[in-house]
Amino acid sequence: MMECRDIVKTYVTGEIETQVLKRVSFTIRDGEFVAIMGPSGSGKSTLMHILGCLDVPTQGSYLLDGRDVAQLNDDELADIRNRKIGFVFQSFNLLPRASVLRNVMLPLVYAGNDPGTRSGLAESALRASAFPEQFWRHKPNQLSGGMMQRVAIARALVNNPSLVLADEPTGNLDSVTGEAVLATFQRLHSEQGRTIVLITHEPYVAEHAGRIIHIRDGQIADDHEVRQRRLVRNAGI
Amino acid sequence: MKLRDLLLETNSALTANKARSGLTILGIVIGIASVIAMVSIGAGTQSTIESNIEGLGSNLLTVLPGVQQAGRAFVSAGRGSAQTLTNDDAEALRSVSGVAAVSPEVSRRYQISATTGNNTNSNVMGAVPAYAAVHNVAVAMGTFITEQSQRSLGRVAVLGPTVSEDLFGEGVDPLGKTIRINRINFKVIGMLQTKGGSGFSNPDDMVFVPLSSMQKLLAGSDYVSSIAMTSEQKDLMASVQAEASALLTMRHRVATPDFSIISQADILGTLSQVMTAFTVFLASIAGISLVVGGIGIMNMMLTAVTERTREIGLRMALGAKRREVAAQFLAESIALTFIGGAVGIGLGWVIARLVSRLGSIATRVSPESVALAFGVAAAIGIVFGYYPARRAAKLNPIEALRHE
Ligand SMILES: Nc1ncnc2c1ncn2[C@@H]1O[C@H](COP(=O)(O)OP(=O)(O)OP(=O)(O)O)[C@@H](O)[C@H]1O
Ligand SMILES: [Mg+2]
Repeated sequence: MMECRDIVKTYVTGEIETQVLKRVSFTIRDGEFVAIMGPSGSGKSTLMHILGCLDVPTQGSYLLDGRDVAQLNDDELADIRNRKIGFVFQSFNLLPRASVLRNVMLPLVYAGNDPGTRSGLAESALRASAFPEQFWRHKPNQLSGGMMQRVAIARALVNNPSLVLADEPTGNLDSVTGEAVLATFQRLHSEQGRTIVLITHEPYVAEHAGRIIHIRDGQIADDHEVRQRRLVRNAGI
Repeated sequence: MKLRDLLLETNSALTANKARSGLTILGIVIGIASVIAMVSIGAGTQSTIESNIEGLGSNLLTVLPGVQQAGRAFVSAGRGSAQTLTNDDAEALRSVSGVAAVSPEVSRRYQISATTGNNTNSNVMGAVPAYAAVHNVAVAMGTFITEQSQRSLGRVAVLGPTVSEDLFGEGVDPLGKTIRINRINFKVIGMLQTKGGSGFSNPDDMVFVPLSSMQKLLAGSDYVSSIAMTSEQKDLMASVQAEASALLTMRHRVATPDFSIISQADILGTLSQVMTAFTVFLASIAGISLVVGGIGIMNMMLTAVTERTREIGLRMALGAKRREVAAQFLAESIALTFIGGAVGIGLGWVIARLVSRLGSIATRVSPESVALAFGVAAAIGIVFGYYPARRAAKLNPIEALRHE
């Protein structure tokens, strides 16, 4: 369970203070599929970094499974990020030096899995995100944007996280692959009961979730259930 | 994170920019190689000098006229400037308990010519038969100065092999030939074995004549330039030295000695001190280049941390602990120094071998110097890698991820 209580995030650049999040409060229960929508610069990514224990709020508190994240030390936070959370970053963040396969294995390296298990998990994660096998040993700079996106998704899912945080995961994908990724998220959610938070500015994508939170100017403008939820019928990947 | 993964990461990071890693390693290679080479040249020179001194004779005590300091006496060639020692002093010293042999000596440089017309300028040593035992010299052919020729003012000479070669040519038997020293003819009765080395008073380059002939015919004075003596045992050296000193002080009727007695131990001690200082000096100059190499590593690692800030942020986001990030960068700098250290030890060894082959200095690469160099390399890797690694580990994950 994720609980945000009056979260304020302020960035200080030189003399200027910018309040990016202004007293944001909401709760996401385990097993929910939530889409966060909002215009560019409204603070979506900032919020996701806080939800993913990468950043801490300036004021207010964030409770993950009932524990105040501000009270946890660096090692505990690293463990939570490693075992519980899967990130899909808006800008992919792949390691340029490493092959696709090694990129996907990276979270498992820090989880301490042995190499055999690691490559098995990485391969099935790549298959699950429909990444073509002949590119497994390529470097990220030899891939298209959409392919990098899928590597980033495979990496987020490789450690079987109970919470998936995806920042614009379909932003670089054509409609067919985008559908496939959404199908994957829906399956993870409905079949395996994982919590999914998906950031998007496309209403069509957001309607695949069970609930939509709208953010505007760092505040929650709207928070509602999706009445007519879209389902990807072809869950082919 | 497992060790195997750490090594894999290190390998991929270092091979990503081979030129830069190579140059950084080169800095360490040069540092380590020069430390190894310098220390081995120093140690080699030291042991060469020590064995040369030991080759002068064992358990040797030398009485010199005038008051001199142990270290300087050996170096100053102008011995005999004060004339206080006589044949009788030498005779008296024989009675000191523990003395094995006493060899009064007079040496001077003379122009020496042979009937062949060849000339050479060499040290002529007026010696007694005991000289051979005291100074560890042996004849290759003929005889050394005999008791008989000593008593009869014999005009006979024993040649060092170098002198013989200069006068008569290589491989020519000089026995029975005549040489002229200071316009007096001497008959060659023996030639010494080659002693080799580059000792300070190298017997290879000397001519020996009976002491009596030297004093009466050549030098024209009854004084001796030094008295060398050996003790029966090494541990008697001190007591022999003390007793000889007391005896001579009494004989000369002086309050403070007008002579000095130098033991081989004194000379060795002084020279070892000088040589150790020399070796330390060489090693510290080489050490400076090692420090420069270490700074090269630190520079490279700091650049790497800046360049890979996003990577660090990503690794932290995916679950890397701070100490795992630090370990990764520390492993890189240690790998650099280890490769540099290993290559440097090899190169230093090659340099040391080349020096001993080309120059006359014997070099010795001791296991201690290799261990020292390796230890220093490892320490440099840790010390100079620590700060960059800590900088990497201290980064804030989200700021690192947003880094451009
Ligand atoms: N480290 C920072 N320092 C200063 N300002 C920042 C920092 N990070 C974000 N901001 C500001 O916070 C605001 C919200 O950024 P955020 O990335 O959360 O937006 P977003 O909703 O994800 O937008 P987009 O849809 O374009 O990704 C922006 O105005 C941005 O300039
Ligand atoms: Mg964003």
